[in-house]
Amino acid sequence: MATVATRPDEILPSAGARIESPLRRFISDFCESRLAVAGLVGFMSIALVAVVAPLLSPQNPYDLNQLDILDGRLPPGSEAAAGFTYWLGSDDQGRDMLSGIFYGLRISLGVGVASAAIALMLGAAMGLISAYFGGKVDTLIMRVVDIQLSFPAILVALILLAVLGQGTGKIIIALVAVQWAYYARTVRGTALVERRKEYIEAARCLALSNTRILFRHLLPNCMPPLIVVGTVQVAHAIALEATLSFLGIGLPITEPSLGLLIANGFEYLLSGKYWISFFPGVALLITIVSINLVGDQLRDVLNPRLQK
Amino acid sequence: MPESEPTLLVDDLRTWFFTKAGIVKAVDGVSFSVDAGKVLGLVGESGSGKTVTGFSILGLVDPPGRIAGGRIVFKGRELIGLDEDEMRKLRGSRIAMIFQDPMMTLNPVLRIETQMIEAVKAHARVSDDDARRRAIDALGQVGIPSPEERLKAYPHQFSGGMRQRVAIAIAYLNKPDLIVADEPTTALDVTIQGQILFEAQKLCRLTGTALIWITHDLSVVASLADQVCVMYAGKIVEQGGVDDVLDRPAHPYTHGLIGSVPSRNARGRPLSQIPGMTPSPLNLPSGCSFRERCPRADRDCLEPPAMAEIGPGRLVRCVHPLAGPTS
Amino acid sequence: MSVFIIRRLIQSALVLVVMSLLVFVGIYAIGNPVEIFIAGDADQAERERVIAALGLDRPMWEQYWLFVRNAALGDLGKSFIFNQPALWLIVERMPATLELAFSAMLIAVLLGIPLGMYAGYRPDSFAGRSIMAGSILGFSLPTFWVGLMLIMIFAVWLGWLPSTGRGELGSLFGIRTSLATWDGLAHVLMPAVNLALFKLSLVIRLARAGMRENLPMDYVKFARAKGLPTRRVIFVHVFKNILIPIVTVLGLETGSVIAFAVVTETIFAWPGMGKLIIDSINNLDRPVIVAYLLITVSMFVIINLVVDILYSILDPRVRLADVKG
Repeated sequence: MATVATRPDEILPSAGARIESPLRRFISDFCESRLAVAGLVGFMSIALVAVVAPLLSPQNPYDLNQLDILDGRLPPGSEAAAGFTYWLGSDDQGRDMLSGIFYGLRISLGVGVASAAIALMLGAAMGLISAYFGGKVDTLIMRVVDIQLSFPAILVALILLAVLGQGTGKIIIALVAVQWAYYARTVRGTALVERRKEYIEAARCLALSNTRILFRHLLPNCMPPLIVVGTVQVAHAIALEATLSFLGIGLPITEPSLGLLIANGFEYLLSGKYWISFFPGVALLITIVSINLVGDQLRDVLNPRLQK
Repeated sequence: MPESEPTLLVDDLRTWFFTKAGIVKAVDGVSFSVDAGKVLGLVGESGSGKTVTGFSILGLVDPPGRIAGGRIVFKGRELIGLDEDEMRKLRGSRIAMIFQDPMMTLNPVLRIETQMIEAVKAHARVSDDDARRRAIDALGQVGIPSPEERLKAYPHQFSGGMRQRVAIAIAYLNKPDLIVADEPTTALDVTIQGQILFEAQKLCRLTGTALIWITHDLSVVASLADQVCVMYAGKIVEQGGVDDVLDRPAHPYTHGLIGSVPSRNARGRPLSQIPGMTPSPLNLPSGCSFRERCPRADRDCLEPPAMAEIGPGRLVRCVHPLAGPTS
Repeated sequence: MSVFIIRRLIQSALVLVVMSLLVFVGIYAIGNPVEIFIAGDADQAERERVIAALGLDRPMWEQYWLFVRNAALGDLGKSFIFNQPALWLIVERMPATLELAFSAMLIAVLLGIPLGMYAGYRPDSFAGRSIMAGSILGFSLPTFWVGLMLIMIFAVWLGWLPSTGRGELGSLFGIRTSLATWDGLAHVLMPAVNLALFKLSLVIRLARAGMRENLPMDYVKFARAKGLPTRRVIFVHVFKNILIPIVTVLGLETGSVIAFAVVTETIFAWPGMGKLIIDSINNLDRPVIVAYLLITVSMFVIINLVVDILYSILDPRVRLADVKG
């Protein structure tokens, strides 16, 4: 039932109002929040850094030939024997923190985005199938989703890693397993609503194949909430991977993500050498905050209940 | 007999909404008055500004809307500009409002009892028991059976008609001098509607409360009101005694409204409709807002028409009214 | 209402059985602890001795059957590492974890609801905006890093709080807890705040969203039209409505808090279940892993049940619909 009207656009129909394409309106709505724009800029910059890390870093921290252990544990701003500055200090092996962070961003972002993407495809597919075919298929899939979602992500990850062991592939599997259920549930919810709409009925009447209906017609209309969930999940995935690596059950040491860097610095914290843990944490923080800012605004803009 | 002052006098009320897209003049120069014990029908399509008029009287217009000018005089007291605390004391005790959809206006997670007792206690220092007794009385008066038990219930356990009776009961709890009812029967089916109208009229005569009944449905007004004001695009275009206006409409819009009401007498004949659509508030035609849909419009209508008196208490805002001055 | 409860109980029992099967199969079938306990150059006799001692030579289904039977009797095997009953190891450490989780939830609720409600009431004020910005920060900050920074600032630089460990135990309402002593409180403060951060942000955002959704609703306008003071409109009418989703989410998140305590316990050396499970995973101490998983699954199932019941109490529409239906 409609709320009592006191807003002008509810009082009088908008015949004659300016017509704007949905995309333009979306962009202008999104840009209303300066924080969200800042977030977007932040994330783009980080992604860029991650991609061109080798070009930006003063040192390749994983090339043992470039390391000098006598340069270890130097505070930020110190000079290195090789002539460049340790802008953010060095760790116990003499690795430049700045370079380590750049390379670490690559891995953290890579794993986070990859797992989110795979989980999205898997989850969306399951959600669509569940909503479209209904009946027993729906009940079964949703039962599994419900049960999985009733367990905290970290627990599910722990179980899987306990069973599978270590390794980059296994971490990604664990991250995907943790995330797919959110996508499935979101997509199913939207798809159930969309499925009843006329355009699907029409497509059915045209005897289009189920696959086609699912992916060419139903899926595009389920995108908005999927985008919101996806953005937030990427941030979660990155944070979860960092946490697992920090605990020592995440990525192996050959793939040093930011979590591992922070773990390395743990033991030096009590002696005041904060920079080994601090700066990678800041990098992680900026990444996650940027993504969340964008995701927040997306959610507000795409939420029909808060439409202005 | 000395002229008693009207319960409510609205004079050139203007309530505007200051939005990003422009200023929406939802209510733009509305004037009327209601006497004690009388019913005024405020009629218009959705978007005519009638609901906003109701909210303006209660001082419940939220930003970006604001009362931009005019006077609202309640029993000799100016309401516009009144301190919020003072206004709150009037709301619910001297001026009450009934909303359109009681499912949404009654809080679903609180019992009826809670919602009625608080309405009493907000305005008088009485004990819970006294307040409860008043609530039971009020429920009985609107025809709700076994009120003591019904008090303990939650809104969703009532039917639509019952809920609206509860809303009416709440409105009458503190014996207000004025009630503004905003489309209270629109969400109900016709038989219930009749009952509610009957209850409302009865209470009104009994208690001497002035009643403003906002609706888009002319047939409701016909059976209930003493006076009627027809609103279009934020202005009153015609007003007068209800029989007079409905039998001899002067404004083309009123005539169109009456003609488009399905009735038994006109069975078999095509339903007439007013051509076109209600204009967007940001895009009103210059001059008379109705001219683009009016069969009688001409160049004179490019000037905004003023309210003209065509008989005692009979006003119309049109330069080509249908009936001449009534005898 | 009791039909509802019985149905949920049966459902919960089923989940437990399925989970135990999954866990068992996963750990015992796929992991390979034999390699851990037997040195590479041990001879066959040594191998067989260890295998027999640990019961790893029996067929899979026999192992599962034994496992179920023992579990019903409360015996979940002995830890490979500690050589003590796994169940007892976990139960011994549970109070510490629960204490931490409880403190964290308390902080999240007591701070989160008022802050969130204010942010929803005055969204464009400086305070409102800061609260929202803060909540995004709290949501995004990786818990473990915040923990490190907290230790850095409050323990190392300022020296106000102890950096690790659990404080002295006292007695509160007949329960032995470290919350009953000042020393205990000093020790629990940082870890609880650390653990609470994420949930605090969640509660703030939920409360704010609830306010934003409910304030424009008709029942609020109607309440105002009745002349009710603003305080009553917000703290009675709106409050009860926004509480419903908050309770639901919080209830479900309680389990998450207990699980996530793993991280906080590791950093602050808090003697709870979390540190135990991490080590057990690294060492493939299967009985302990299995025991931990079973216990936590049971806990979640119970928590979910309690939340469902609470929800039906708070929202009369749910409760009464069940009675009718």
